[in-house]
Amino acid sequence: MQSIRKYISSAWQALFGDPVRAFGVVSLVLLLALAVTPTKEHFSQWHSYQRKYLSLIRDRGDAVSMRRRFEPGIHQIWMPELGVVDRCTTCHLGLSEASLADEHQQPFRKHPAIPHSVDGFGCVICHGGQGAATTVSEAHHSERDGEAPILPTRYIEAGCGQCHQNAMAGTPQLNLGRTMLARYGCVRCHAVTRPDGTKMMPTDHPPSLVHVADKTTREWIYSWLKDPQAYAATATMPNYKLTDQDASDISAYLISSSKPQPGDTSAASVKNASAGSATNPADGASLYGQSFCSSCHAVQNAAGNVVGGDVGPELTRIGNKVKPEWLNAWLNNPRIYDATTPMPHYRFTPRQIATLADYLHSKTDADYGANVQLAAATPQQIARGRRLIIDGGCAACHEINGVQTPQNFAPDLSTIGSKPLAQIAFLPGMEHTVSTYIVSKIRQPRAFGGAVKMPQFALSNAQTDALTTALLAQTGRSRTIPDTLRVAAAEDTNYQPAGHAGKLMTELACFSCHRINGRGGDMAPDLTYEGSSVQRQWLTDFLKNPNTLRPSLIRRMPRFNLSDSDNKELTDFMLAVYQTSAVDPDTAPSATNPPQVVEQGRQLFYSKFACQSCHIVDTKTDKGYIGPTLTQVGSRLTPAWTYAWLKNPQALRPGTAEPNQKMSDEDARALTAFLMSLKGTSGKGAKQ
Amino acid sequence: MMKRVNTEVLRSSACLALLAVVALAGCKSGTQPNAALKPTGTGAAIVETSGGHQVGATGTALKDPVVVQVNDEQGTAVPGALVQFQGPAGVSFEPAAALTDTSGQATTAVTLGGIAGRYQLTAVTPGKAKPASLDVIETALGYQQRLGAILADKYCTRCHDPESSAERVSNYDNLETKPHAFTDGNTLNKMSDADLTAIIQYGGPALKRSALMPPYEKTLSLAEVRALIAYTRALADPPYQPAGTVYAHK
Ligand code: HEC
Repeated sequence: MQSIRKYISSAWQALFGDPVRAFGVVSLVLLLALAVTPTKEHFSQWHSYQRKYLSLIRDRGDAVSMRRRFEPGIHQIWMPELGVVDRCTTCHLGLSEASLADEHQQPFRKHPAIPHSVDGFGCVICHGGQGAATTVSEAHHSERDGEAPILPTRYIEAGCGQCHQNAMAGTPQLNLGRTMLARYGCVRCHAVTRPDGTKMMPTDHPPSLVHVADKTTREWIYSWLKDPQAYAATATMPNYKLTDQDASDISAYLISSSKPQPGDTSAASVKNASAGSATNPADGASLYGQSFCSSCHAVQNAAGNVVGGDVGPELTRIGNKVKPEWLNAWLNNPRIYDATTPMPHYRFTPRQIATLADYLHSKTDADYGANVQLAAATPQQIARGRRLIIDGGCAACHEINGVQTPQNFAPDLSTIGSKPLAQIAFLPGMEHTVSTYIVSKIRQPRAFGGAVKMPQFALSNAQTDALTTALLAQTGRSRTIPDTLRVAAAEDTNYQPAGHAGKLMTELACFSCHRINGRGGDMAPDLTYEGSSVQRQWLTDFLKNPNTLRPSLIRRMPRFNLSDSDNKELTDFMLAVYQTSAVDPDTAPSATNPPQVVEQGRQLFYSKFACQSCHIVDTKTDKGYIGPTLTQVGSRLTPAWTYAWLKNPQALRPGTAEPNQKMSDEDARALTAFLMSLKGTSGKGAKQ
Repeated sequence: MMKRVNTEVLRSSACLALLAVVALAGCKSGTQPNAALKPTGTGAAIVETSGGHQVGATGTALKDPVVVQVNDEQGTAVPGALVQFQGPAGVSFEPAAALTDTSGQATTAVTLGGIAGRYQLTAVTPGKAKPASLDVIETALGYQQRLGAILADKYCTRCHDPESSAERVSNYDNLETKPHAFTDGNTLNKMSDADLTAIIQYGGPALKRSALMPPYEKTLSLAEVRALIAYTRALADPPYQPAGTVYAHK
């Protein structure tokens, strides 16, 4: 004790013993203190990046101008309305330097071209991370309270999705993810609210099970429940990993609770009509082809490829699934069993129904479900089945007798993208990021514990990444962004045409393929302006017998057996209602023109505008395959539409691939005259 | 972390000059062989079965896996041979090392890095005397290039790509004057950005060429035309070397 005190007093004496010495020491200490900040700065990470950047650009041809644009020190982009304080540009120095586009040394590479400028939005709005940080680890990798690492590049489109609720050409992954959230039933169990408060709505069509015993057997339901993808590789129904007992009990409840579809006598009549005379399988295949069933339904071919559309269910093993009476009734009129089905009412004749039904029943896999034998269900089994259905949330998607649709069955995912890391139960060894968590949850939900109810979906890695991207876009920040920056989702309208024509359009399921006034599919042309576009006779003939307009299309308009009066009703309605004021019959060229004008148009067609590269007007010489064949266009389109189309195709059909050729009025008139002269050499269109 | 990436990238830049490959070239940064893999065969050569020359997006998994086959001196497939997959920084393989199956093939799923450009991947098998290796090139598209890819798919490919797909019949054979595929670097690399912009915006006649090439000035925005050009540049084979890019001296 004594010696320490002695030591201190002698040290004090040595440093501050006399005024001069004291002054010197104090100055020195002060100087050192002042030097701390610059020294720290000198050795700081960002400073070393700035030095590296300077040496990187030193020897380049454009070094002088780049050096002039370089500002030393900490850079900051501050946007109070977005809550952004981004210092990323302190190290990312080449973001706007064109000549660093191919620089490999990060953080100096030029930012790839995107529609927004760094100055306008900063970095973290899209990339996440901590904008105010000035070290790499804090900016990119922080896991502290309320902070999260930056978004991995593979999900970067989630950044766009915070403001853009609409589908954009540049964000295919985000668009796919959002489509899938609606299409795979995710939003039936999980609520997903967009930042503007609208809810994502499902677009799938899970079948109602209230009459399921009419359609199929308990054995099929059992096999399906055990592994939906074993029945159809493209099935969207997830696998609930049920035990044999569970699947047996659930199927028991579904069959025992099913009530027969009332009032369907057609099935019996169809059966009688076909009784006795066997149908020809080749006829069945060709009727299936002519009816363009494959536009919506897929079938696995011998090579193992699934070919066909995905609007309706895959039909590879349809014979294993449906009962013959049900299939007859369904083909006769699907809307009796399911009033909202996307499947059209084809108006097949009884003979056609028998032919198609036999053909479909031949699609049977003898091995499928071959060793499923279920003993008659006991009341206890049935009761247990019902409990399992309630616990599993089956009624979130399917209508089931005696079970209510559950509300908010699964966690709300509206802000899952910014879920605090501290609230996430990561599995051991898992990277601590929200994206990894979401991917793992989708890929293997049951890995998170036996009590997890979420089923196993059969998704490719690309699909999982797309879903993850869509979910990562659901952030808390997206809700605080100013309204002016938000782009709303383009949702389908609930347009429903009125009257008898409207009823016909519902029965023919026009909206499954065509879009009209903002509602409907995108498989076939938008018909919103069809009335301005086509001639009466052509439309009547086309509805009667749709010939192919575009030879290169694989999906085509099927033929419905419409009665003449229904045909007229539809034609009248479309011509009267689906009009646009952009097409003006009064100022348009007339349908018949002097030969020299027609000839002038022909010249323009073949030389100046080279339309033959995509269109055929003369089947002997032209081969163009991209646009519709025009051999009879003079009998199909109105002159007014043709003229308006040539002047500006995108104004009539936004997004059409037909290029706007900036045609002069004169050229467009001459071309219209030429096209109107093309009445075709044969076929109904020619006579008029 | 950043330091390591930087040195790797620097090394890769050095390789780049040698290989004259536009983007990240192969600096062997693969993982060590999995200790659990016990090879039962040794091959002499390694050949590509499928999965090369794919075009994907930065940071995402390629659509198809890369499949390679190990052969012996006679060209017969060798099962049980060790194959290691390697690539530049940012590329990941699942798995990074594998034993060939009964038909002598090894398969890996590839995720490309976050930087757009060409990636040279390498599959290596130990071999009896010396290791045998195979290089596979894949391309990662950035945002602008991918936008170009989508536009090309909608507006251009049916004329410019002679191949038909299940969804789309090519129109190439129907054209009197044949366009070039966007991968045709020998032709397209010689055209300047200004010429490409001109022919896309104003059609073939802008460069005194066929009017079968339509004008897109009023259909596509300038940004979209630039995206299309960026896309064709990314696809070009042989690779496109932009004139005037200045590389740092050593
Ligand atoms: C209707 C068919 C067609 C379509 C669609 C088309 N092109 Fe072309 N394109 C051609 C033809 C034919 C040529 C060759 C002209 C010549 O060499 O005289 C050509 C030439 C070109 C060239 C010059 C290099 C070459 O291949 O000879 C470029 C670049 C080009 N097109 C880009 C595009 C882009 C970009 C699009 C889509 C926006 C597009 N093209 C759409 C037919 C088409």
